[in-house]
Amino acid sequence: MQPPPPPLIRVRDLAAAFDGRTIFEHVSFDVARGEVCVILGASGCGKSTLLKHMFGLLEPTAGEVLIQGQSLTHATPSQRSELMRHFGVMYQSGALFGSMTLLENVRLPLEELSTLPDDAIHAIARSKLKLVALEGYEGYMPAEISGGMKKRAAIARAMALDPEILFLDEPSAGLDPITSAELDDTILELARATGVTFVIVSHELASIYKIADHVVMLDRRTRTLCAEGSPADLRDHSTDPWIQSFFRREALHQTTEVPQ
Amino acid sequence: MRRSLGYSTQMVAPAQPGRTDPAPMRSAELRVAEATDDTLQVALAGHLDSRALEQLWQAGMRAIERSGARRVRVDLGDVSYCDAAGARFLVALRDLAGSRGFELAAASEQTLRLMELVAPSPRSRTESRSRWDPISALGRLAVQQLSELWQLIAFTGEFCVMLARCCVKPRELRFRDVIRVAESAGVGAIPIVLLIGFLLGLILSFQSAIPMRRFGAQAFIADLLGISLLRELGPLMASILLAARSGSAFAAELGTMRVNEEIDALTTMGLEPVRFLVLPRVLAALLVVPTLALLLNVAGLTGGAVVYLSLDLPVSTFLSRVSDAATVGDMLGGLFKGCVFGTLVGGIGCLRGLQAGGGAGAVGEAATRSVVSAIILITITDGIFAVLFYNLGI
Repeated sequence: MQPPPPPLIRVRDLAAAFDGRTIFEHVSFDVARGEVCVILGASGCGKSTLLKHMFGLLEPTAGEVLIQGQSLTHATPSQRSELMRHFGVMYQSGALFGSMTLLENVRLPLEELSTLPDDAIHAIARSKLKLVALEGYEGYMPAEISGGMKKRAAIARAMALDPEILFLDEPSAGLDPITSAELDDTILELARATGVTFVIVSHELASIYKIADHVVMLDRRTRTLCAEGSPADLRDHSTDPWIQSFFRREALHQTTEVPQ
Repeated sequence: MRRSLGYSTQMVAPAQPGRTDPAPMRSAELRVAEATDDTLQVALAGHLDSRALEQLWQAGMRAIERSGARRVRVDLGDVSYCDAAGARFLVALRDLAGSRGFELAAASEQTLRLMELVAPSPRSRTESRSRWDPISALGRLAVQQLSELWQLIAFTGEFCVMLARCCVKPRELRFRDVIRVAESAGVGAIPIVLLIGFLLGLILSFQSAIPMRRFGAQAFIADLLGISLLRELGPLMASILLAARSGSAFAAELGTMRVNEEIDALTTMGLEPVRFLVLPRVLAALLVVPTLALLLNVAGLTGGAVVYLSLDLPVSTFLSRVSDAATVGDMLGGLFKGCVFGTLVGGIGCLRGLQAGGGAGAVGEAATRSVVSAIILITITDGIFAVLFYNLGI
């Protein structure tokens, strides 16, 4: 019998703090290869911070992140940059370079980090823009397009080198329902067709049900993970009133705020 | 005929000793064979990703281009993995084969779907690149210049209206902001103004002392320095320093606010950006330049006095010569010019900021343009003042 494949990303007992203020602690979970993992939680509970720890932008105060069994946290700078080549990251605001056109933005990682011939770079960069339904906008500057288009262009840039893991920080926020659904389809298609692993921060319940194989929920009150599993499972079987309210999109009529 | 091109690469960081799951060696290969039935056989194998394509892309293209075969057959039988870049490569092979027959053997469902996703849609295949056209470029330039002139006029008009409103109702002016800006633009600039002023006085006196000495006229450097500093150089240098230090800062700050939609937020809150942001800055600049010019004059005269001392002339002579040569009218005229220059520097800095387009580059451009425009405006205005003062006999 073959043993189950080892998880692609392992988060082990991770803790984060800014200026001594703990954001979260004792966070542990695994992300399997090829799955779509969604990080959920209330606003301000540290979802983006967790994501930034997972791709090594921030140093945890405790614990570690392992990518294919290799510690990202304790890696030497050269090992770390080698590991980071397998990530694609889309930041919450897009973070497109304002002085470059969309095509140039997507071309940049291909030009700098690969030795592909120029016509290959051109064709691949354009195909990435097509994947996010931005065909025909290659020559536009980031300032000339809408917020949702910027997000999609940022996803195209994150995908430029066909990374094994794509980290997306709120990809569908600010998109209309149709575009958002199309983006979900693209994510699913990529996950199925190329085995790309997605780690996504999202609030869109409809999108979560559709794309997520696995959700992890951060709780602001306890500052750690409060639930993990498939979204439908959490919705139907959780007994925690906060989780139930979250999935039913209801207001929680009790004071649960813990003063800092 | 059979050619083969293989390459291999190690994925994911170097393996560590004792690791349980060593990263698999991933490699890709492209073999080309000319079959007898006029078909070019291209066999791909292995892990088809963007790293593999670094080697395979041109090899594949060249194989199809060079071959005279009527059909191209690409065999994916041994491909273990194909990502979106790999799919785009297959699409490129298909497009290059063009009207020749193209056949894809042993392609998985996923790969076919991926090819469909990454293939450019028919309408966008012909890229229309607009060529540079001198007539339309000239037209665009003219329209741009005219609209800039229009913006300048509108801005000046709005500024005057707001200024008048604030004169009638002083409560509408955000006086706290005036003080804050004046502090950062004025008090913060004192060290550099004193340094430049002292150096200016020193250099000017010393350089003129050398030729004047031949005529025994070195005592007259006090006259020269006094008049040129009080009338011209004091306000000029103070306003240029303000343009470099604070005019660019105004442009960068307002430009960033424009990019972040903060200017729009102010407008929709019913707060006019010109009253809220521009007026305090311009008033602060108006107050700051004469003050800085005064300090610069003092520092410059100190520099001159140092040269006087080094020529063994008494400082008392220096002071009496300066007060004889330059009148209070000269000084006041200079300070008035400083007020005008300050207004121009503050105004153009804010205007360039408000005109900024989108993105980080636009903010930098706004800052640069603010300094260039300010220096041009100062120069032109100084020339106008020279003619005016001469004709009025001031």
